[in-house]
Amino acid sequence: MSDLQTPAGAPGAASDDAPSTATAAANASSAAAGGGGRSFLPKTTLLRHLLVLALCAVGAVLLLEGTERSTNDQISRIAFYAIAAGGLTLLTGLNGQISLGHGALMAVGAYTTALLLDVEDGEPLPLAVIFLIAVAITAVVGALVGVAAARLHGPYLAGATLALAVGVPGLTLYFSDTLGGEQGINVRAPRAPDWFVDAIEAISGERGQGTKWLAYIAVVSLLITYFLLANLMRSRIGRTWRAVRDQEVAAELAGISLGSWRVLAFVVSAAAAGLAGAVLAIVVRLTAPGSFLPVLSLSLLTAIVIGGLGSLFGALLGSILLVFLPEWARDFGLEVLDMESAQASQAAFVIYGLLLVATMLFAPAGLVGTVRLALLRRRAARAAARADGG
Amino acid sequence: MAEPPLASTTQRPDRSPTARLEMTGIHVAFGGVTALEDVSLTVEPGQVHGLIGPNGAGKTTMFNVACGLVRPSSGRIVWRGEELRRLRPAQLAKLGIARTLQGVGLFPGMTVLENVMVGAHRHAKAGFFSALFAIPTADKDEERLRRRAMDALAELEATAYAGRYPGSLPYPVQKRVALARALVADPELLLLDEPASGLSEDEMHELGELIRSVASRMSVLLVEHHMDLVMRVCDRITVLDSGRQIAVGTPEEIRADPAVTEAYLGDDVDVDADAAELSTGRSTAQAAAGTEEATRG
Repeated sequence: MSDLQTPAGAPGAASDDAPSTATAAANASSAAAGGGGRSFLPKTTLLRHLLVLALCAVGAVLLLEGTERSTNDQISRIAFYAIAAGGLTLLTGLNGQISLGHGALMAVGAYTTALLLDVEDGEPLPLAVIFLIAVAITAVVGALVGVAAARLHGPYLAGATLALAVGVPGLTLYFSDTLGGEQGINVRAPRAPDWFVDAIEAISGERGQGTKWLAYIAVVSLLITYFLLANLMRSRIGRTWRAVRDQEVAAELAGISLGSWRVLAFVVSAAAAGLAGAVLAIVVRLTAPGSFLPVLSLSLLTAIVIGGLGSLFGALLGSILLVFLPEWARDFGLEVLDMESAQASQAAFVIYGLLLVATMLFAPAGLVGTVRLALLRRRAARAAARADGG
Repeated sequence: MAEPPLASTTQRPDRSPTARLEMTGIHVAFGGVTALEDVSLTVEPGQVHGLIGPNGAGKTTMFNVACGLVRPSSGRIVWRGEELRRLRPAQLAKLGIARTLQGVGLFPGMTVLENVMVGAHRHAKAGFFSALFAIPTADKDEERLRRRAMDALAELEATAYAGRYPGSLPYPVQKRVALARALVADPELLLLDEPASGLSEDEMHELGELIRSVASRMSVLLVEHHMDLVMRVCDRITVLDSGRQIAVGTPEEIRADPAVTEAYLGDDVDVDADAAELSTGRSTAQAAAGTEEATRG
């Protein structure tokens, strides 16, 4: 029990009023200290978050209707990356557990969706029900992984979850009769209902089918997921996760059972990954082992690190980069560096790597975390100035 | 928003403490080395019980036995009339037992207020799904915890730091926050592990008064090597030496006990000042503390 003898963490060493750097983006306070006049914003968390949700929904409609078909498709891809990254940032940023296996959890959700949509005759279940089943099944898998993960730390946890990422795609080959082997399963993408087609017609005069319908499904899934995740992060649940992350012994003494809270974080995170997989299945219209290679898990992790660990907005930013950066890098290579097409595609990886290294060097808290730290420092400096003056 | 009435939600009941912690015949051995041998200790309700002894006497081991971190090879621990077995640290809070850590152990990534709110974990009612859907009852529950935490910070005179992060605060303030985090749980037994380490004379004096004041609503077990603090605040003191209990009694009895003096004189590593005080009472400040204790008791 040597943990109990932990010396006081370097008293007074940190002169700036800021939380630990790496997870700075995660630490949006769950409690406003002063209370007092917080004016025009709605008082309850529910109304505040619903307000943001409504604004984002309006923004999403404008975005989807104001862009072309190919961009709609990219937005769908951003959406499923962002759903998975949101769950992962909760796990890693708030609860301090690393997972290199979220791609495998996405595969669980994707294959569940593909199998449920692939009915011989008659109509498949309503899509919402299929999504919920995919989420539930992935959550159960997440619970199993979480129970094992709760006992592991750092590199051991990374190794165990990486094994998941490596192993799961292999399963699809083993059960190739049901899971389609290397070729995977073609997903019968659901057709847009009439009310949707009419509504899109009314808004922008376009045909609301195919890609557009899928993009709306993806974006709605994203908005609902982020709404729920934000609720959790801002609540007592999020605070308890952070307590487990920061100081195990003190958390335990407060009556927090470390294991169950870790498993809970894993379940929530897995549920998000399951939904991400379900969205991926219908957007890509194919679930094949090649879509869920370990590199997918690693991409998700880099997305949340670049965006800022523990921040949903950061996870979204990271996902946007994940989709757009390779393209930008390719264009850059083709047009500025005058490369050949194949070379330019390769260059995307290099640029992605360089960006990651640069982020770690210059903004270790990620995009969102760095901004937050700067704000905190400024506030602390102002408070200090006021204290001096008064 | 309608403000819920303060009294019903945030004020701690001024209950008189009723819970007794009885540890009898505690033996602890670590791989053949006996750390504690037949030690008994009873913390009476509402009393401050000191646990002292030279370095390596087994104070911390005894303390860890009290809160279930170390399992004794034999002996009984009875809390609130029930025997405690196979206790895990996370269960302590539910039993009404709070303890502080020898360091401070604050959560660095959270504000002071949030730190203290985590301490109130066992009083939280809102569950996972009300948080997931942000049902307004979850907000109300948060508000209740927030007030509790602010009350605890007010008692420790740390309200001004509520929005700050612990890393930026001076060490004594951090210790006060850590104490607030233990008190906010509204425990019936408070276990304090070396609370005065790193504090100045004045701060130690304030700490002593605080401990006396919380003793009106809970029992306190205090492990501490600052002898004047122990002598000033404790109702009873148990002295350990080399894993054995060599004395138990009021501060005056302990001060007069030759076995205690001998134990401390035999150990000149870092408590020689305490030993000097015990044996001769030469230091005027400490003598003053002694008189104060005598007049109160």
